[in-house]
Amino acid sequence: MSDKQFYESLDEVEPGHTFLGSNELVLNMGPQHPSTHGVLRVILKLDGEKVNGLECVLGYLHRGIEKVAESRTWTQFAPFVDRLDYTAAVSNSLGYCLAVEKMLGVEVPKRAQYLRVILTELCRLASHQIWLGTHLLDIGAVTPLFYTFRDREYILNIFEKYCGARLTNHAFRIGGCRWDAYEGFSKEILHLCDDLLPKIDEYRELITGNRIWLQRTKNVGYISVEDCRSYSITGPVLRASGVCWDVRKAQPYSSYEDFEFDIPTGTASDTFDRYVVRVEEMRQSIRIIRQAVEGLAEGPIIAKVPKVIKPPVGEVYVSIEAPKGELGYFIVSDGSAQPYRVRVRPPSFINLQALEKMSKGSLVADVVAIIGTLDIVLGEVDR
Amino acid sequence: MKNILGYLHSNLTPGEAGSLFWVTVYVLLVFAGVATIVMFMNWFERKAMAHMQVRLGPMRVGPHGLLQPVADALKLLLKEDLMPANADKLVFWFAPVTVVMTAFCGFIVVPFGPTHAITDMNIGVLFMLGVSSLSVLGVIMGGWASNSNYPLMGSLRSGAQMVSYEVAMAMAVVSAVMMSSMATGTGTLSMIGIVRAQMQQHVWFAFSFFPVGLIAFAVFAIAMVAETNRAPFDLPEAESELVAGFLTEYSGFRWSLFFLAEYAAMIAVSSIATTLWLGGWLRPFPNLLAGKNWDLAFSLVPGLSFMVAAGLCFFFYTRMPKIRAMRANAIGQAGLGCFLFALGVVLMLPGVHERIQDIYWFTLKVLGFMYLYIWYRATFPRYRFDQLMKIGWKVLLPISIGVVILTALIGVRQELFALVWR
Repeated sequence: MSDKQFYESLDEVEPGHTFLGSNELVLNMGPQHPSTHGVLRVILKLDGEKVNGLECVLGYLHRGIEKVAESRTWTQFAPFVDRLDYTAAVSNSLGYCLAVEKMLGVEVPKRAQYLRVILTELCRLASHQIWLGTHLLDIGAVTPLFYTFRDREYILNIFEKYCGARLTNHAFRIGGCRWDAYEGFSKEILHLCDDLLPKIDEYRELITGNRIWLQRTKNVGYISVEDCRSYSITGPVLRASGVCWDVRKAQPYSSYEDFEFDIPTGTASDTFDRYVVRVEEMRQSIRIIRQAVEGLAEGPIIAKVPKVIKPPVGEVYVSIEAPKGELGYFIVSDGSAQPYRVRVRPPSFINLQALEKMSKGSLVADVVAIIGTLDIVLGEVDR
Repeated sequence: MKNILGYLHSNLTPGEAGSLFWVTVYVLLVFAGVATIVMFMNWFERKAMAHMQVRLGPMRVGPHGLLQPVADALKLLLKEDLMPANADKLVFWFAPVTVVMTAFCGFIVVPFGPTHAITDMNIGVLFMLGVSSLSVLGVIMGGWASNSNYPLMGSLRSGAQMVSYEVAMAMAVVSAVMMSSMATGTGTLSMIGIVRAQMQQHVWFAFSFFPVGLIAFAVFAIAMVAETNRAPFDLPEAESELVAGFLTEYSGFRWSLFFLAEYAAMIAVSSIATTLWLGGWLRPFPNLLAGKNWDLAFSLVPGLSFMVAAGLCFFFYTRMPKIRAMRANAIGQAGLGCFLFALGVVLMLPGVHERIQDIYWFTLKVLGFMYLYIWYRATFPRYRFDQLMKIGWKVLLPISIGVVILTALIGVRQELFALVWR
């Protein structure tokens, strides 16, 4: 049998046969792997270096947080949501508080709303900084990680001063905030904003012009607008494909309608555009923080909320724009002191679905880059 | 006995002199020297990268973490000797040995000075390239014998990469070898001969036929990074993709052998680049600033530089906090200062300073390359496999072939001019 006949026979038996009729290599990436951002497990089907298909295996960080809610009171459950997306704990907290407040029909005082905006935007900055560092680390640049973590430290210091915790800071309560701004809060934050802007420029100088970085990210992990819609992808990944959708603008919550800011969008919908969008988002966050600090009015920081929270029977869905995308809370109350059901719509989990679509036909190195660009946190994916 | 002492007055390398005793001594010296540089590099890389990354790096073990490599080496040696159950035992055992042997074999022809080489082969450059390309064999063996997916992919990448960049590298070398024929009319492949040719032509080959020499040098400098699997071409052991590539299943002593070989290979290719383009052991401006006084001045530089280092040690010793917890560290630093000072004095003794300066300049140039390696690693993201191949075959190879042709044309033109002029 000649070579040609051999390959033709292969075609008959198996239409999508691999290069030179070799076997498919199944590579198990994770759950212990340096660049799966935690304990994601990806099973790659490889033809040499080319990815023919992949499958995500989830659940290695499943803690049953949604189930835990059913045996806690509404107030007791609040600290648990911080453990969902632990790089942006404040955002999770905000979403949950907003949902319960909506159910209770509580109006949060203006000062508390502004404080919440300041802290969530700081948290967005911190989250994007982690993303930038780790994403670059995945692509092989070691150094920027240390720069982003150095700058994130200043934000964490502010959290620490505000509520005593740095990472899983249970900063908000149902009805407002637990703590008022400490002395020198506004000054310190404005100072931080002044410091951070040149740092963001520094990241850009380090990274954006780098030829290797451009080659590694341009046209990698493309996903069309239609696919984004059908996978219900949100956040920077969606905005990089050109859709101008941001919950902060579309359905303003916590006084976001008071602030002026732009929604950065991309055009190419590739890894590089997502990087540009996120870095621009960091600048916009600083813009929002500045306005919020200046508009911080005097007044109470927490609304009148009963000691034992018993929302009326019913269900509520509230979503906010978390750093990773649209974070939604669907909560059902049976009128008792404990939630009947809390369902989280985690942006990371839903964005992760696109991994297979994005990385089919690319190389192994691209899969790592795409996992990075989706900005997943396994605490949120597995819950 | 007479033969052994007689060698000291000869002007030959031990290999040429045929003295088995001195060959053994030189082999041991080179091995010890390279191993020391590898240890130093281990510390220096961590320190330099740490400072580029706004952190301190090792600080605890010895003054400024100087003893960290020793501690690491001890840890590696004491680790359990693991071998995967399904590994091909013999090949798994033999792979690191192969890599280390090939990495160190190349040093046979490296000229640290006009007489400070183990031997001078008339095919020195070829020998060096050939031996260094053999190390891919060990890498593939290691990856295959591990019987695991990550090492397999790492070794496949490594094989493809080393073979592709070898071509561009060899072409760049050809250009330098052609340049060595300019003054005398006969080129040479001997490492010592090439340095001598640069001395005769009053120019380092990197600046010869400007800018052709420089381009050839650049091609080699890029290809050698890929050849040694270092960032940004470190795909075979790409941490974020393949965990540790072909090293995934290795640990303990075997892993440290791979580590040793990697750094030895880096030093080896840096030595080729130094010899071929940066004048090897030649001190700066050997012809322009010639004469007895300049010779003396430059030969004192090695000792002086060690003394400056000692001075720095003492200076920082005085600035150390005088607390009990820092006492061991402070004593260590002062001791290091004393050691460096003593070394500086020894290097300035008459009879030593004339002989040592070749080695000093050569090592300094090689260390410059080593610093570049570290700098690359801290600066660049990693290339993707297809991009790596594209650079190797579509960019570097055409450029290096063009350089060879240009070198030939310019060389012929100059020779013709010289003929007509005469």
